Amino acid sequence: MDILTLVDVVKTYDKHTAVNRVSFNVPAGAIFGLLGPNGAGKTSLIRIITTITRADSGQVFLDGEALNSRHPEMIGYMPEERGLYKKMKVGEQLVYLAQLKGLSAAEAKKALGEWVERFEISSWWNKKVEELSKGMQQKIQFISTVVHKPRLLILDEPFSGLDPINSNLIKSEIHELNRQGISIIFSTHRMEQVEEICEEIVLINKGQNVLQGKVKDIKHAHKDNLFHIGFEGNLPVGLLDGLELVQQSAESVTVKLPDASHSNPLLRHWIDQGIRIHSFHEILPSLNEIFIKRVEDSNLAG
Amino acid sequence: MNKLGLIIKREYLSRVTRKSFILATILTPLAFALFFVVVGFIFEYESDESQQIAIIDEGNIFKGVIKDEGNMYFEFVDVPLETLRANFEDYEYDGILRIPKIEDMLATRLTIYYYSDNQPTLEVETSIRSKVADNLREYKIASLQLDKAQLDALDMRVELDPEPLSDEGSDATSLTSAIAAGIGSIMGLIMYFTVFIYGMMVMRSVMEEKTSRIVEVMISSVRPFQLMLGKIIGVGAVGLTQVVIWAILIPLVMMVVNLFFNFESPAMGDPALQNMNPDDMQAQIGLAMQELSKQNWWLILPLFLIFFLGGYFLYASLFAAVGSAMGDDIGEGQSLTLPITIPVILAFYIMMVSVQSPNSSLAVWSSLFPLFSPIVMPARLAFNPPFWEVALSVVLLVGTCIFFVWLSGRIYRVGILMYGKKVTLKELGKWMFYKD
Repeated sequence: MDILTLVDVVKTYDKHTAVNRVSFNVPAGAIFGLLGPNGAGKTSLIRIITTITRADSGQVFLDGEALNSRHPEMIGYMPEERGLYKKMKVGEQLVYLAQLKGLSAAEAKKALGEWVERFEISSWWNKKVEELSKGMQQKIQFISTVVHKPRLLILDEPFSGLDPINSNLIKSEIHELNRQGISIIFSTHRMEQVEEICEEIVLINKGQNVLQGKVKDIKHAHKDNLFHIGFEGNLPVGLLDGLELVQQSAESVTVKLPDASHSNPLLRHWIDQGIRIHSFHEILPSLNEIFIKRVEDSNLAG
Repeated sequence: MNKLGLIIKREYLSRVTRKSFILATILTPLAFALFFVVVGFIFEYESDESQQIAIIDEGNIFKGVIKDEGNMYFEFVDVPLETLRANFEDYEYDGILRIPKIEDMLATRLTIYYYSDNQPTLEVETSIRSKVADNLREYKIASLQLDKAQLDALDMRVELDPEPLSDEGSDATSLTSAIAAGIGSIMGLIMYFTVFIYGMMVMRSVMEEKTSRIVEVMISSVRPFQLMLGKIIGVGAVGLTQVVIWAILIPLVMMVVNLFFNFESPAMGDPALQNMNPDDMQAQIGLAMQELSKQNWWLILPLFLIFFLGGYFLYASLFAAVGSAMGDDIGEGQSLTLPITIPVILAFYIMMVSVQSPNSSLAVWSSLFPLFSPIVMPARLAFNPPFWEVALSVVLLVGTCIFFVWLSGRIYRVGILMYGKKVTLKELGKWMFYKD
């Protein structure tokens, strides 16, 4: 079951095509990475999903239902550029934003109470937002995004501007929310975070979908069959025949095999030759490398 | 509660609970009062310079008639002018007044001479002139053996009392148009200020939401149009609250000021009014009160409210549209606000002309044109404009208002998400046609 399905979505602004026939689907309960370089159309796509704007053509389904005016209450959205009413008190503001997501004042207060306790910020309740530090404001923003228990959470660069401690806090909250069954779309161009958090990604470039799939599958699809072997002693002559040597040092080599299935025979052969092997692992490409490669490829193609 | 209601409530409460709002609401009437007290004192102020004036009365007719007044002390002297001038230092006079003998009883001009090294102050000069003139008049009446009653009868006040031709027309008095013009100007003035103050408030607030980036969070929960409309209604309610409070507080404070200080109003200093006898004055005030109560307030006030709301919504929506297009820099928005402020200012001047001639074609057409009518029509209401004109004006205003709110909504929804671009009017026009 998919929480979100996009079919051939197109959005044009004044002659500029921001989103060009993008299709992908987000499985329910997934942490899904929406990736792409700056100006790729990520924000345009998010604005369509959050019903801020409408697609010119194509369809969007949330939980199997065509996007409609009831859906905003099922979505929690934290934009990249954070914003709160600066002059408003933290408590009033959180209740207000929760009410706009369909909670009653009483429900909002109850739900907020739990979050405030969890983040240990009850002393801020009557402070004005402008009196808080930036990191504190981000916490408030995060709470306001999730307090109504959305089915789908969309986070645009959620860690930008956060210190490592708050980053970890938000990260663990994201995982916790995901455990509770909330599907999460995580938009970013920070690849190390994607590898750490996301199970599945879509890569957008120039308004077009260039890559989609599970992170693991994508990595395997893009691997070059590189293996790193650490050993002791000297390599007997002839042992590297038939292998493409990528890198060699005193006690390790990196080799490229014609096929990943060659790894076991290779290892067996080396062991039989009396080499003492103390490490052997496949080198998978990082998402960052794949990202850059695919973006460059699609730019060349375009 | 629906979302529009929530937005209105926040926009309203966040403003009326602000300290600056409470202060402005209370302090404005007090500032008015203070202004009147200060003005009152300035007008009541009398010179504390004491003046000793020697009078050489060559015709010998003023002795005992011209009396000391305030800080001015007069002394009739028989010493020749030359002696006085030579020993001026010894006498402690500030000036010497020489009144020549009246040779010709029928002369209409008389020059009197004031000798001093200091210019006489305006106060001294006026006082001396009027004392001499008044007493000379009495002297001439007596010498020429004229009948005082007959003389007084020569000065007549003529009043014009407009009477209706048809039976339906209401009877008017000489004060009708003056009172109507007064009511009209006040209403026009209130409209002018409210459109500006609260329209600008809407604009600033839209800009703040945009630059603080809260707007993207908001419109992921509510439609941009709801947000804009909620803001306009909320701020409008703030405006109404403030105007109503002022409408009650200002007259109240003024009454208190009058009670405590009992100033004569500056107009009372007008010689024409000073010479008016108290009975006449009483009659005039009575007439004015009667005129005020004769106005059809049950029609004027609701209509005023309609024009107030219409004008406010029309202009506030335009201000909201412009605010959505602006960046952090207010200065850069000048060129965008100008097209809105010009009609308001024009309307204000037309309003001032319209209370003088409320049925001129300028007044009639302007009170139908929706950009002017919110300011011009209220100014004409007290002049009993034809029913069809008022009705047409309201219909046009409401129609235009709805259209402009819709139009502004279309600009707003694009503008609030547009950053880092200097926007021209032409671009604003294009936004109206963007798809959602």
